[in-house]
Amino acid sequence: MNTCQESVIHLMHAYLDGDISREEEQVLQKHLVECEHCREMMDELKMAALFLKDTAPVQAPEGFVSGVMARLPKEKSQAGFQRLLRRHPLVAAAALFLLLMSATLFSSYSNNQQFSFTKQPNLVVEGETVVVPAGEVVKGDIVVKNGNLRIEGEVDGNVTVIHGSKYMASTAVVTGKSEEIDQAFDWLWYKIKSTIKDIIPSSDGEQQEE
Amino acid sequence: MDELVNKRINQVIKGDQDAFEEIVTMFQHRLYHVCYRMLGNPQEAEDIAQEAFVRAYVNIHTYDQKRKFSTWLFRIATNLCIDRIRKKKPDYYLDATVPGTDGLNMYSQIAASGDLPEEEVERMEAQQRVQYEIGRLPEKYRTVIILRYMEELPLQDISDILELPLGTVKTRVHRGREALRKQMGTM
Repeated sequence: MNTCQESVIHLMHAYLDGDISREEEQVLQKHLVECEHCREMMDELKMAALFLKDTAPVQAPEGFVSGVMARLPKEKSQAGFQRLLRRHPLVAAAALFLLLMSATLFSSYSNNQQFSFTKQPNLVVEGETVVVPAGEVVKGDIVVKNGNLRIEGEVDGNVTVIHGSKYMASTAVVTGKSEEIDQAFDWLWYKIKSTIKDIIPSSDGEQQEE
Repeated sequence: MDELVNKRINQVIKGDQDAFEEIVTMFQHRLYHVCYRMLGNPQEAEDIAQEAFVRAYVNIHTYDQKRKFSTWLFRIATNLCIDRIRKKKPDYYLDATVPGTDGLNMYSQIAASGDLPEEEVERMEAQQRVQYEIGRLPEKYRTVIILRYMEELPLQDISDILELPLGTVKTRVHRGREALRKQMGTM
């Protein structure tokens, strides 16, 4: 009897796992009919399997899901920005660029409180007022910062006054554009425009040719 | 179902925590059940099953979507359970609630068809008995027996979950069943 054990027990398990060929099953059945000991063992194994299968499924307790959700690590605020970077790298780059740009520009706006102006020949300075005297022709652009500009003569170019006022006498002639900048946003806009003009000088040149 | 799971997983990867709630809801009972059978204690089972979901969430990017999500999830859970069992005193299961065994034998359980009022009581005891017998199995047999018989998973899935060769899984199922037969024979 002991001689049959090893191989037959293997067949029993194979049978219980549904992992047995037709021939093997016939060998097993034939043996079980003949051998009472093995038959008993087979029954016990079947019972053990049935016993296990008979278990009622256990349900997770109430509040299990919310418990899990509460245990999840909180999303970092950084994660949102990282996700933006990953998904829209161009938008993120543009946003970052604008942020840094405006920061430098604003700081230069507030730091630059000194009176200054473009040096041109025939300009007269009276205190903090730059004067284009009557009858004179200034060739070129004039930029006045933190001061006033009085035009009595002629300016053959653009006129820009930042943080100041501009007086035009009746005899005044300005051939180019004339601007007064008082607000931070105007300043920002002006700065961006002049930066672009520096970068792309061709458009400026074209205007001058006209 | 797999399609829905993968859809939700992609949402989770994109940072949508709410999508994970649906995944937890889908798998909570199966995962809890395995943990409960492995550990034999509702509090510990809840703790470990929840921890398994948290680990799944944290490591979601390592999940290979070509494979079954449940397999991956079960692997996390069974590993956590095995760790927990190994940290415990080896005689833990001897302290576990021992069910009343008087008047109970398996044949009467299997024959009973559920009409008697006492049946309910007897059934509860049978459930306790199952848990007790499983708890007495060595952990490596316990795991395969639970996955095979309680989760009714194919042997190949068990081999994937435990990352063991199929032959090893078969051997463990055989040995586990044999151990169970001997345990129950002595009762």
